[in-house]
Amino acid sequence: MMYKIFLPLSITKSIHTWLFDVLPEGVAPYVEMVLIAVAYLLVFAVAGLYLVLLERKVAAWFQLRLGPNRVGPFGLFQTMADALKLVSKEMYGTNRADKFLYNLAPYFPIITALLAMAVLPFSAQFQAFDINIGIFFLLAVSSVGVIGILLGGWASNNKYSLIGAMRSGLQVVSYELSVGLSLLTMVVLTGSLQLSEIIEVQKNGWLIVQGHIPAIIAFVIFMIAGTAETNRAPFDLVEAESELGAGFHTEYSGMKFAYFFLAEFINMFIISAIAVIVFFGGWLSPFGITEEISWFPSVLWFLGKVLIIVFLMMWFRWTFPRLRVDQLLNLEWKYLLPINLFNLVFMAIVVWLGWVITF
Amino acid sequence: MAEIETENKIKSEEYFVNMGPQHPAAHGVLRLILTIDGETIVNVDPDLGYIHRSIEKMCERDSYQQIVHLTDRMDYLSSHINNEAVCLAVEKGLQLEIPDRVKVIRTILSELTRLASHQLWWGVMGMDVGALTTYFYAFRDREMINDIFEETCGARLTMNYNIPGGLMYDIHPNFVKRVKEFVAHFKTKLPEYDRLLSGNIIFINRTKGVGVLSREDAISFGVSGPVARGSGFASDVRKRHPYSAYDRVSFKEIVMNEGDTLARYKVRILEMWESLSIIEQLIDNIPEGDHLVPTKAVIKLPKGEFYQRVETARGELGVYINSDGNKNPYRVKFRSPGFSNLSALNHVAKGGKIGDLVSIMASFDFVIPDIDR
Repeated sequence: MMYKIFLPLSITKSIHTWLFDVLPEGVAPYVEMVLIAVAYLLVFAVAGLYLVLLERKVAAWFQLRLGPNRVGPFGLFQTMADALKLVSKEMYGTNRADKFLYNLAPYFPIITALLAMAVLPFSAQFQAFDINIGIFFLLAVSSVGVIGILLGGWASNNKYSLIGAMRSGLQVVSYELSVGLSLLTMVVLTGSLQLSEIIEVQKNGWLIVQGHIPAIIAFVIFMIAGTAETNRAPFDLVEAESELGAGFHTEYSGMKFAYFFLAEFINMFIISAIAVIVFFGGWLSPFGITEEISWFPSVLWFLGKVLIIVFLMMWFRWTFPRLRVDQLLNLEWKYLLPINLFNLVFMAIVVWLGWVITF
Repeated sequence: MAEIETENKIKSEEYFVNMGPQHPAAHGVLRLILTIDGETIVNVDPDLGYIHRSIEKMCERDSYQQIVHLTDRMDYLSSHINNEAVCLAVEKGLQLEIPDRVKVIRTILSELTRLASHQLWWGVMGMDVGALTTYFYAFRDREMINDIFEETCGARLTMNYNIPGGLMYDIHPNFVKRVKEFVAHFKTKLPEYDRLLSGNIIFINRTKGVGVLSREDAISFGVSGPVARGSGFASDVRKRHPYSAYDRVSFKEIVMNEGDTLARYKVRILEMWESLSIIEQLIDNIPEGDHLVPTKAVIKLPKGEFYQRVETARGELGVYINSDGNKNPYRVKFRSPGFSNLSALNHVAKGGKIGDLVSIMASFDFVIPDIDR
């Protein structure tokens, strides 16, 4: 079988045995899959909502403000209330828009983000889906999301949306290369595309330490390209508000807008998670206790590391100005791509000569 | 729309986009009709009239004291300086001798207004190039100036503190102390502005060599203020034709020759330092005396034409009053800096990208009610 379903925690184990006791042989696995899907949807929604809240709080800290603090303690329920408002809002569309594509578009980013979430290893046993082409799957899935942005911008019948969509097209096509190549550099080091094996390799030291110079270069490039992939500042040309109003989602309202909005935050989470898995040891503890005692602390390690990277991306957003379209392309094709190709060869030499640092 | 043939024989078409009257970068209700070829701007056609209130016509209806209040609503970020311009013109007509105290206080308030305006501009400039945090830093410091205005003038934005003959009230007892506090505070915060934005590589790339306006073009478009000085055209009215107390303070006129968006940015940042130095020179030497030379309740200017030019935060504001001897002026004309500066926009923005247009507009520092009176 290509994938196996891992079951975290004794509770899930008991649910698992109970399901297989009660239900007939052929049905139980499917019911279990549905349960897992529901669990993932919940994680997904909560992660999305609380990342929005975190972003607003971080922005406020940067900007001498307090941030949301009225709904619930420290504004904890603010984003819940916002989501409720968005759900109950009227779907308002433009006249003479291509209705079918217009309605279809918001589902692309959200579904692809959810698919990518499925392969992330939160801990040793907490992974829905451990396929042998994990990284490849992540890259493939995350680049489908841009189709939604292109469709949305194209079908909205609005010139600003169209400009935003075209910008997003060229941005993702360019930066996809850098994301892929910087991860490929790390794959040269690990020798595997499977996410669980990549983490296994790091029991002798995080890959950013093992691969030293080329790994650090790859990390920097990955962070730049990853920020561009998620369309966040300083690469938020797609929705550059001072230029295009709101870019591709100008004409979206209610829940359809929320899909785009949530997908951005989930994608940020996924990019940070990939960075943590590939460079910083995934769910491994930083203090060298490699064998996982239980699944719970390793999830905390994983989430903690991811939040640090997420914070880094938020830091970029609230301090940097935005690039211009031609500068965006120059940066990729004139600097990042050549450096990346050189770095790949460099990494290959490092691995070939055995200059890898392990503990 | 014109068809364009690209190098590899692919046909494409120019198209037009309405930027405004409701647009985040327009800072008001300015409508720009952009003709775009992809991302490149072919033509910028400003369309005015969305906030026209016929202030000049209303001036013909009002008495001279009332005219002062209308001028707040032109360039609301230099409202004090606008008030001062009208008062100076009327005082010129009445040949009033204004006490030194009034002159010094007016100068200090003008410079505070200029600082507040430049602070707001800096915040918006950052926001327009995509760095949202600048806005809040600028407002933190601007708030202190607004508090000073509130205490002394009774209002935070549209002050109406000047009246023909002097000032409406004397300054608040706290004024000197609070201004000194502000100057000390802002001297530590102005370098922060540089650290946050001026040295940022992305910001420099976005502004350097963008929207170049040569000195000759600046003169022929009638551009004034920091925009002209960024193009090497020394046109500061405070230096060339000193009014109020500007002849007794020493300050540098900031002139840069590059003429690009970065030069205009730097001119304003350096001007803030000069404004601080002017305030420092005057704040300890406010002469004793009256705050007002009483005028008649109904002011009647003698028959003739009176003109006064001042330097607002955006450039040269000219007030032209044509009087036929009645209590109302026969004709009033404002030469507003924003209108002339806007005329150079198409020339400067042509050939750039959409992102360039936004940063150029930010560096021109438009206040739309000033363009469209």
